[in-house]
Amino acid sequence: MAATITPIDSERDRKRRSEEYDHGSGRRPPNDTIDKRTGGGGDGDNFNNRPAGRRGPREKLGRYRLAIFFALAGDLIFFIALVSVFFVTQSTGHFDPYNQYINDWHPTTVPPILWLNTAALLLSSVSMEIARRRMFAESHAMEEWLGIGRPTSKRAMPWLVTTILFGAIFLLGQTIAWKQLTLQHVLFATSQSSHFFYLITYTHAIHLFLGLGFLAAALYGLYASRLLENRQILVDCAAWYWHSMGIFWLFLFVLLVFFQ
Amino acid sequence: MSASTSTILNLPDQTTATMPKRNYLNNEHGLLSWLFTGDHKRIAILYLISITFFFFVGGAFAGLIRLELLTPQPDLMASDTYNKMFSMHGIVMVFLFLVPSVPATLGNFLIPIMLGTRDLAFPKINLLSWYLYLAGGTFTLAALIFGGVDTGWTFTTPLSTHYLNTNVITAATAIFIAGFSSIFTGLNFIVTIHRMRAPGMTWFRMPLFVWAHYAASVLMVLGTPVLAITIVLVALERTIGIGVFDPTKGGDPLLFQHLFWFYSHPAVYIMILPGMGVISEVVSTFSRKRVFGYTAVAFSSVAIALFGFFVWAHHMFIMGVSNYSALVFSLLTMLVAVPSAIKIFNWAFTLQKGSITFETPMLYAFAFFGLFTIGGMTGVFLGALGMDIHLTETYFIVAHFHYVMVGGMLMAFMAGIHFWWPKMTGRMYPESFSKLSAVTSFIGFNLTFMPQFILGYLGMPRRYHAYPAEYQVLNVLSTAGATVLGVGFLLPLLYLTWSLKYGAIAGNNPWQATGLEWQIQSPPLTENFTEIPIVDHEAYDYEWLAHKTEQEVTTVG
Ligand code: HEM
Ligand SMILES: [Cu+2]
Repeated sequence: MAATITPIDSERDRKRRSEEYDHGSGRRPPNDTIDKRTGGGGDGDNFNNRPAGRRGPREKLGRYRLAIFFALAGDLIFFIALVSVFFVTQSTGHFDPYNQYINDWHPTTVPPILWLNTAALLLSSVSMEIARRRMFAESHAMEEWLGIGRPTSKRAMPWLVTTILFGAIFLLGQTIAWKQLTLQHVLFATSQSSHFFYLITYTHAIHLFLGLGFLAAALYGLYASRLLENRQILVDCAAWYWHSMGIFWLFLFVLLVFFQ
Repeated sequence: MSASTSTILNLPDQTTATMPKRNYLNNEHGLLSWLFTGDHKRIAILYLISITFFFFVGGAFAGLIRLELLTPQPDLMASDTYNKMFSMHGIVMVFLFLVPSVPATLGNFLIPIMLGTRDLAFPKINLLSWYLYLAGGTFTLAALIFGGVDTGWTFTTPLSTHYLNTNVITAATAIFIAGFSSIFTGLNFIVTIHRMRAPGMTWFRMPLFVWAHYAASVLMVLGTPVLAITIVLVALERTIGIGVFDPTKGGDPLLFQHLFWFYSHPAVYIMILPGMGVISEVVSTFSRKRVFGYTAVAFSSVAIALFGFFVWAHHMFIMGVSNYSALVFSLLTMLVAVPSAIKIFNWAFTLQKGSITFETPMLYAFAFFGLFTIGGMTGVFLGALGMDIHLTETYFIVAHFHYVMVGGMLMAFMAGIHFWWPKMTGRMYPESFSKLSAVTSFIGFNLTFMPQFILGYLGMPRRYHAYPAEYQVLNVLSTAGATVLGVGFLLPLLYLTWSLKYGAIAGNNPWQATGLEWQIQSPPLTENFTEIPIVDHEAYDYEWLAHKTEQEVTTVG
């Protein structure tokens, strides 16, 4: 047996209402058997009226988006923790051999190329957004539905490639920055602040590297996946991830440049 | 069933009853069909087997610890071996048993069914979580085989960063990986609860089990990343000495405590919240009443999750945080006990005037009430600054958290396993044996940990393998209790396995419970529902159930 449909039974309801003494013991739920099958999704799509799997064209997309949002919230906490550690370490000192309390935090000068990298990352976010919007352009989706090729993918593809290029430029720029620092003998182990410079840029670079993998998967998906919805999901989730990494970088960059 | 019987158990006639021909267990055959399954129910079973394994691994360490403490002299093992024993015990039990215990087994199995959907939102990620869990478990075992870790489960710096003879990195990797496993489980639950509820299943019609898991999932997703960065920093400190936690290099060992407890205090609620969810279901079913104050119980889960993030410094009162912040955290700590108390009171009112019956799950639930209340109250003692200075780092702490984690979570886990065993396997466990084991573990538990409160109050510090002779009597009591407790946990392993083949056939709804999971066959079909249900009643509506059964009888019979 599966469905638990109970017809609304007026006689049962009447019996229930007559038992007024029961109030407050919590034995009986309030307003039971009220049909609550409307608009649970909050966007007027009568989300709650249909079973899962039949909730409109963007149902699966909604699921993936929610997952990526929560995952990014977790990731945000990760970076917040990292930044807190940065500030705490920056402000604590220690006792030197002469028993004097000193704080020898010497800021690491940020290589100027980081400004260029930041610009590249910003541009990549722009092109990512264009690619994302292209995936959702309704006229394109319509053409696709009618069987006129795959305009959605085709029109998003170049922008996706642009994003990957800019992203790669950013990562390349980061490696150049690390090289420049190495030439100036600023290594990971050099000082307190260099630990953090590397730690922050490395962790962010790892995240971006994953993001590039994500984008590559989306690009591959544009060819491999036949369902428009799946392609949309891939590009959309990659985009939110990419944007967040961009915003995280902005914060981290400001931190490194102005708050060391 | 007449009203005067003392059980609500309602089994089908055993001479004619058969197991459903098609169910999730026999839908596909072979080992590979299990290892590559996307079915949340099968993954739950995989988890159940693996966490049981680690539970007994952790239990073996506990046994050795108690054996060493039988006598005041350090005669069983060397002192650093003893350190490894309690560290591995804590690591295995916390990260490989308690954190995944209820969510990954019962939660995985039940959340989709309770919400009226066919699977979790991301079945493959669910499977990935299990593999990550296994990888974490393997690294833990590796750390064990290479010689163990001796920092305690808290990885306290500078012990974990500077002391050389220990496998901190391996264990840290294990926890890092296992952390991702719980993040993915949490994400899966969150999305499923938000997006996959059956028509008519509004937020306030969800069983409280689901609410509790929602709160725990949020904690998993938002808390675990902090643990991840902490572990990375400890590993960096150990390998290349970056000096964030090392005062000689301008670091701050307190920082580690802040980071670790910022995760680990919420983590204790990750451990207890799902258990509280189980208790809500069990109490309601065996008192035949809707949970009193449904909304309050639901919101108290969320409140616990929220407040849980603001009390971490109560683990650091004597570590040199400022008096002012100790004061604030003391106050906040007492506040977080409020939502827990709300739950306890609401369950008590659920019992009031209920038609209570005493089947095994209910016995475990009663154990939970008593033990969790003691554990939570002693938590408030510890949250009071003056008391804590006397009691911290003594056996009082050990007793406190075992009362909440074993007396609370483990009892809830056992309650849940017994309660849903007929649903998961289609067969009943033997009732008399299980009652025996419930009573045994309750007695054994109190005998083990009650003396530890006294020991701690008298001043016996935790984590030492030798102690003054005057503490021996209480320690012997405690070890004796641990033996009884061990029997109490071994028994279920035996009779539950036995019942897989010889247990009575349970039928769809042996407890006459109202949850959606009880309205389908047991064991369920792979797809759970042949037709997605439309929910038109509130949770725990026993009249709805009676009405429905009545209708079925008149139409079928
Ligand atoms: C009900 C409210 C609770 C309060 C007010 C509370 C309070 C406290 C306090 C103040 C401490 C620190 C004692 C010290 O180290 O000096 C503590 C330790 C601890 N609590 Fe609780 N607690 C509560 C519930 C829980 C729950 C539900 C769990 C787990 C399921 C838990 C697990 C632990 C653990 C594991 C420790 C010791 C950690 C260690 O140092 O190894 N507590 N608790
Ligand atoms: Cu705590």
